[in-house]
Amino acid sequence: MENLAGWASEASAHAASVDRLMLAFTLMMVALSVPVFVLMAVFAVKYRRGRTANRAHPVNRNVWLEVSWAIVPFLLTVVFFVWATKLFADLYDPPADAIAIDVVAKQWMWKFQHPGGQREINELHVPAGEPVKLTMASEDVIHSLYIPALRLKQDVVPGRYTSMWFTADRPGTYKLTCAEFCGVDHSVMGGSFIVMTPAAYERWLGQSQVDDTLAAAGAVLFRERGCSGCHGPGATVHAPPLTGLYGRPVPLEGGGVVTADDQYIRDSILLPQSQIAAGYPHIMPTFQNVLSEEEVLQLVAYIKSLRSGSPEGMRQ
Amino acid sequence: MTMDNALERRPNPDDLNDRGLSETQDERVSYLRAGHTLRSWLLTTDHKRIAILYLISVTLFFFIGGAAAALVRADLLTPQADLLTNEGYNRAFTLHGVIMVWFFLIPSIPNTFGNFLIPLMIGARDLAFPRLNLLSWYIYMLGGLFTVFVLIAGGVDTGWTFYTPLSSMFSNGHVVMVAVAVFVVGFSSILTGLNFIVTVHKLRAPGMSWGRLRLFVWAHYATSLILVLATPVLSVTLALVAAERLFGLGIFDPKLGGDPLLFQHLFWFYSHPAVYIMVLPALGVVSELVAASARKPVFGYRFIAGSSIAIAIIGFLVWGHHMFVAGQSMYASAVFSFLSLAVAVPSGIKVYNWTATLYKGHIELDPPFFFAASFIGLFVVGGLTGLVLAMLAVDVHLHDTYFVVAHFHYIMVGGTVSAYFGALHFWWPKMSGRIYPRIWGRLAAIFIFLGFNLTFFPQFILGYLGMPRRYHVYDPSFQVLHVLSSAGASILGVAYLMPFTYLFWSMRYGAPAGPNPWDVRGLEWTVPSPPPKHNFEEIPVVTGPPYDYPLEREGDQGEAGDAAEGNAAEGNAGSRA
Repeated sequence: MENLAGWASEASAHAASVDRLMLAFTLMMVALSVPVFVLMAVFAVKYRRGRTANRAHPVNRNVWLEVSWAIVPFLLTVVFFVWATKLFADLYDPPADAIAIDVVAKQWMWKFQHPGGQREINELHVPAGEPVKLTMASEDVIHSLYIPALRLKQDVVPGRYTSMWFTADRPGTYKLTCAEFCGVDHSVMGGSFIVMTPAAYERWLGQSQVDDTLAAAGAVLFRERGCSGCHGPGATVHAPPLTGLYGRPVPLEGGGVVTADDQYIRDSILLPQSQIAAGYPHIMPTFQNVLSEEEVLQLVAYIKSLRSGSPEGMRQ
Repeated sequence: MTMDNALERRPNPDDLNDRGLSETQDERVSYLRAGHTLRSWLLTTDHKRIAILYLISVTLFFFIGGAAAALVRADLLTPQADLLTNEGYNRAFTLHGVIMVWFFLIPSIPNTFGNFLIPLMIGARDLAFPRLNLLSWYIYMLGGLFTVFVLIAGGVDTGWTFYTPLSSMFSNGHVVMVAVAVFVVGFSSILTGLNFIVTVHKLRAPGMSWGRLRLFVWAHYATSLILVLATPVLSVTLALVAAERLFGLGIFDPKLGGDPLLFQHLFWFYSHPAVYIMVLPALGVVSELVAASARKPVFGYRFIAGSSIAIAIIGFLVWGHHMFVAGQSMYASAVFSFLSLAVAVPSGIKVYNWTATLYKGHIELDPPFFFAASFIGLFVVGGLTGLVLAMLAVDVHLHDTYFVVAHFHYIMVGGTVSAYFGALHFWWPKMSGRIYPRIWGRLAAIFIFLGFNLTFFPQFILGYLGMPRRYHVYDPSFQVLHVLSSAGASILGVAYLMPFTYLFWSMRYGAPAGPNPWDVRGLEWTVPSPPPKHNFEEIPVVTGPPYDYPLEREGDQGEAGDAAEGNAAEGNAGSRA
């Protein structure tokens, strides 16, 4: 049973919180259900047909009793609802300084890209004690990244980015699997989640073969795919400038404002006609079927890196 | 005359020359003998005969689905892929799910026992639309034949949930054919639901007010509302999947401009209420079994009846709890989580009220009581673990693991199938006219309960440890729990076969049941067993509440009907002394 450690151990503070919640809830379940089982057994014996017992004045309704056994368990579960929802809400609030790792799922493998450009397949290395945020895309069907030791999973849905963040705090090797049924080899789509001390993680990053950081790879694509022809500094076409775009509100044609987040940038590349920035002509072509999900993620990383005050972007 | 008297005597169970041909006077005029040709069965419009047609066909599909489950459990004895290929395994569990959900669980109780009993319980001669009732069976069989065809043609590997874009663009199986089968069988559900609603509204006997309806009828009324309102959504959704697969219309596949989550919203908008289609009739059955076992008015009739309707309504508002990690908004998840807790309240009311019904009852430990008690035990575990899954942070961990598999099998199999067998054991003497050996009924109930728990309890642990569902190849550290589960499944399989031996035996060698073998109240127990073709010689006039069992009051001196109750009342007087 020692092998179960990769599945069931608590690799983060969040995992320990979920286990505490589960334990407390289990106690409440026992408290609510055991009386039913005991009373049924007692009644079946005591009031067995033909057996002598005091059956005087059986009641066939009692509204206050019925209301109380509807309301009291409900109020108890509401306490747990608040507790569980608070823990869940934390999952939607990643720290700003989290290490951003990209995930691309496809039938039947997991691909990871670290910010420095290090890539791995079916293994994810992360430093202990530091928040990590995964931005995930699928190339085909719905998958779900599940790391039981973190008590976390998140579906990876084609056509959109989903994300998941965590702070793993116990170095070790844990399981990483696909939880959403994704076709023939679903059950073998998995690997290892490796939590390392920060120093070991740095060493691991240094050993990995790297061509370019994500943003630099995106910058190359930006030129090669012709994006710079319209969005570059010397362009003659009237296209939205991308410097400092990330995180800013963008007014849309026909009213409405969206925040330029990862999803917006992705949609603008792949589905340019769906949300058009106010005041610009409808001339952006789609890059669907041209760019892979990994390339789109690299472009998003590049555009994110174009901060105000560095008009040329991160020319490395 | 003497001849008739001779036939009215009990057939001698030891007389092996008695080939079951001897029959009582009641049997001679019963619906079972009203025509002996195949045609008289296949073209019948008698609700009781249609119920028997459903009983046979639904049970057949239960065993086909069970064979697929046996294949899955046999394969999971080892962590490697040995018995089946990965694709073969996926096809086996898909077939298991599709057949069990649409061809067994949904029609199981309503179309057999609902069909047989609703007219008898409300004092009617048939359902409102007898021909529609027969049509509904033919549509069911047509859908079933499509499914059997798919089975022979090689199957489908999407899971019973048909998640897009896997089902619409990637799967190699016969997705469209299965979608057609489920689409077709949906019309059977809709027609049955309509028939029940109209029947309950229009055909109640004089004096049978809404407040005097049996709880079984209330539960079926609530179920029918869901059948009529939810099934069309599934039909539309499956038609859209077929359209995307056949014609490349972009509805769910993002590469064509569609949205895969739209499918999940539509699918669960049907399929979560469908869970209540499967379990509400079972709750109705158990209300009957508990009241009959206790021989006492149901505690809190109004709350139990109202809770069926409440479950039907709130059940439409919780579908998003299947999508907590699918990428829906955090706020939507919080609302769906809260509503999922709310739907547990009416279920809790039922369980506590059943327990209170047993208090001061006259409980006979007959097979129906054993099935009812095991239903309550398993339903409570299934319901409470459903609350675990409604807790957002916990569901993030447990979603799509074996914990979910265990949870819904406790509800569907521990709950609905136990109630199905409970109903079969309770109303069998009414349907067949003969009594089966009670000891065998008790043993079957006990073996089903034990086999069930051994099969599915280990799966809660597997799930919490992180074992995902629909996994053919799994980590060897999970093997012990999987072997336990497969061992339990083999006990369960044998236990499910047991009733078929002694029930068939009883048809030939069982003693005639008489109109009321359990000594309980209810209109169906006032007519002969098996009932005559038109149920009631004269339409009854109802003058009292349901479950009007005599109650002991202080000062009563054993006025209750039979000797046992008399003894109890005397004992009661004694204990006061």
